[in-house]
Amino acid sequence: MRVILFLMRKEFLQVFRDRATVFQIFFIPIVQLLVLSHAATFDIKRTALAVIDADRSTMSMELMRRMEGGGRFEVVLVQSTAAGIEDALLTRRANAVLGIPRGFAADIARRSPVTLQLQLNAEEGAAVGIVLAAAQAVVADFARSAGPTGPVTARVVPGVPLDIRTQGWFNPSRNYKHYMVPALLVSLTTIMGLLLTAQNIAREKELGTLEQLNVTPITKGQFITGKLLPFWLLSLLIFGIGLVVGKLAFDIPLRGSVPLVFLAAAVYLVVALGIGLWISTFTRTQQQTMFVAFFVMLVYLLMSGLFTPVDAMPRWAQWAAEANPVKHFVFIMRAVLVRGAGLETVAGPLIGLALGGAAVLGLAVRQYSKQTT
Amino acid sequence: MSAFAGFVRKEVYHILRDKQTLWILLLMPLVQVLLFGYAVRTDVRDIRLALVDPAPGVASRALTQRFATSPRFQLIDVYRSPLPLDEAFRSGVVRQAVVLPADLDRALLGHAPVSVQLVSDASDPNTGSIMQAYATSILRRWHDERTGGNPGMRVALATRLRYNPTLESVNVFVPGLIAFVLTIISAMMTAISITREKETGTMEMLLVSPLRPWAIVAGKVAPYVLLGFLNVLLVLAAARLVFQMPLRGSVVLLLAECLLYILTSLALGMVISSRARTQRTAMIAALAGLLMPTLMLSGFIFPIDSMPEPLRLVSNIVPARWFLLIVRGIMVKGAGFAALWGETAVLAGITLLLLAVGARRLSVRLD
Repeated sequence: MRVILFLMRKEFLQVFRDRATVFQIFFIPIVQLLVLSHAATFDIKRTALAVIDADRSTMSMELMRRMEGGGRFEVVLVQSTAAGIEDALLTRRANAVLGIPRGFAADIARRSPVTLQLQLNAEEGAAVGIVLAAAQAVVADFARSAGPTGPVTARVVPGVPLDIRTQGWFNPSRNYKHYMVPALLVSLTTIMGLLLTAQNIAREKELGTLEQLNVTPITKGQFITGKLLPFWLLSLLIFGIGLVVGKLAFDIPLRGSVPLVFLAAAVYLVVALGIGLWISTFTRTQQQTMFVAFFVMLVYLLMSGLFTPVDAMPRWAQWAAEANPVKHFVFIMRAVLVRGAGLETVAGPLIGLALGGAAVLGLAVRQYSKQTT
Repeated sequence: MSAFAGFVRKEVYHILRDKQTLWILLLMPLVQVLLFGYAVRTDVRDIRLALVDPAPGVASRALTQRFATSPRFQLIDVYRSPLPLDEAFRSGVVRQAVVLPADLDRALLGHAPVSVQLVSDASDPNTGSIMQAYATSILRRWHDERTGGNPGMRVALATRLRYNPTLESVNVFVPGLIAFVLTIISAMMTAISITREKETGTMEMLLVSPLRPWAIVAGKVAPYVLLGFLNVLLVLAAARLVFQMPLRGSVVLLLAECLLYILTSLALGMVISSRARTQRTAMIAALAGLLMPTLMLSGFIFPIDSMPEPLRLVSNIVPARWFLLIVRGIMVKGAGFAALWGETAVLAGITLLLLAVGARRLSVRLD
């Protein structure tokens, strides 16, 4: 035990001696949490809209006005032919094009069906769905209220209307930050903790001080613990600060039990840092370590459901995701903080994380041989 | 010049000698394209749905049938009362619920509106809205069928999704991945390899050599230009061959732009290494400092258009943002240089600025 304490003291001294590192360790995650949380949304607020208005009527003007009225679209270009539209789409001057056909107003007056053309720039993939939904809503709204009023109201619509009431549970205000801030905090803590741990042993190897440690009577287990604990504490501290910042700056909900979140974080960080340790046992230089760590992290982060839903992945990838500690921790964080879930819901993933931690540490201890090759 | 060539040779040896790193450098991006290309999707499918149907009848059975056969939904259960919903949502077993009224069959015959409740798990608001939209459209179709439709004013909206009509995730992710791999390889590897010389003291030896400081830096980054370029080729080949990703524009232009971006990232690495004294500071700056901003402020995952105004301004200084527009423009939209010169100019400007800063800070002496 004393040995471990000495090792820990040494690590802390080495970290805190270096002002630049201390600054980075705390500054980078917190600033990124504050800034990037605003970026994490698919809700496209304003789309530059070009209108090809072949009708030039008050009715088409009215439609345009409504498109802008919702605040979702900004009409940047109105012309009566399609000339130059391709170019506007290519240069992203317009990301949506609405085509209003000739005779639009006349058709509406006659109550005969009309078809509007909508082109959307889908280079950003599924994100375009929100723009499409917004356009559909405006058009549906327009269709309901447009047309000659007098005779139409007399015609009673047969059948009973359908009244759909929607409720968004857990996040009624649809605040994307409530969903993303906990997950971002997970990723920032993971990146920092994993990097620091992995880099640490690699550095000792590169400088040759690892051999000095190897000739001491310190056992493998003590060595791994001594390396893991300081960074585990640091990461937990970053996590705690991040949670406070998230609460103060973004008012993220804390519906479930906070101690449970910390318990999960404590278990999870053992896995995350353990992976870092394990990487550093088979790499030789710091450069190599960083590279492997980077790729491992990218795979873990992108396949964790952090940014894209796990449910959308193909079956095999969903199974593979079961082995992804980030996925489980993100799930726990969102379940407990946003949905207020208790231990009974998160016990499964929590046990999974604990087993993962034990496995990774076991591997690291086994892999780390005191002989240098 | 021969001194410079010799120096570059030394750097190449450094890289070649370390076979392990070389393999990692070349293979990892490839593995990622394959993995992400298959696995990372942004569409919403297999929504776990529960129906609450207090009084099963003909109409509600027809609705259940519609949901059960929809590829979008996966019907988990039909409850008699809304009571089990609470727990089902909390544990995440169910993400969307449709609550029907007890007097559905009677209501459908009457004239008062039939009131149906849609409850969604909106903890992810984006998915929540999409789930609701899907459920609403199924409900409307079912209702139209039950009541014989609603002959109101018909204004149809014929939509064409340009450039990526099937919304392939690969088309979105591959350009992002190229940007990512280049940023990290070029910036991190340069930053670390320069600070390593500082840390191990060999930088002093290099500085007292007849090589000018800029030549030392140029020699250090030259092999990484090649390596980054090789990576681009591999990733592109994988995207084309495995995922049939389109490459509608000019290949030459694409490769030239990639080269420009490699330079940008190298310059970024230079700036980092000129400030950092140890490999640790350099790598934290390069990895922790670049990873998330490149991921989130470049439009790789979250569209720039969805960000608040101040952040959109901040995203302008993220080089990957411009590079992503260029790569998507060339590959997915088939844009030529005429459409992309603005983005290219910005990227070139950022590169020059970074080079200037890096060169100025690169002191001949160590402090």
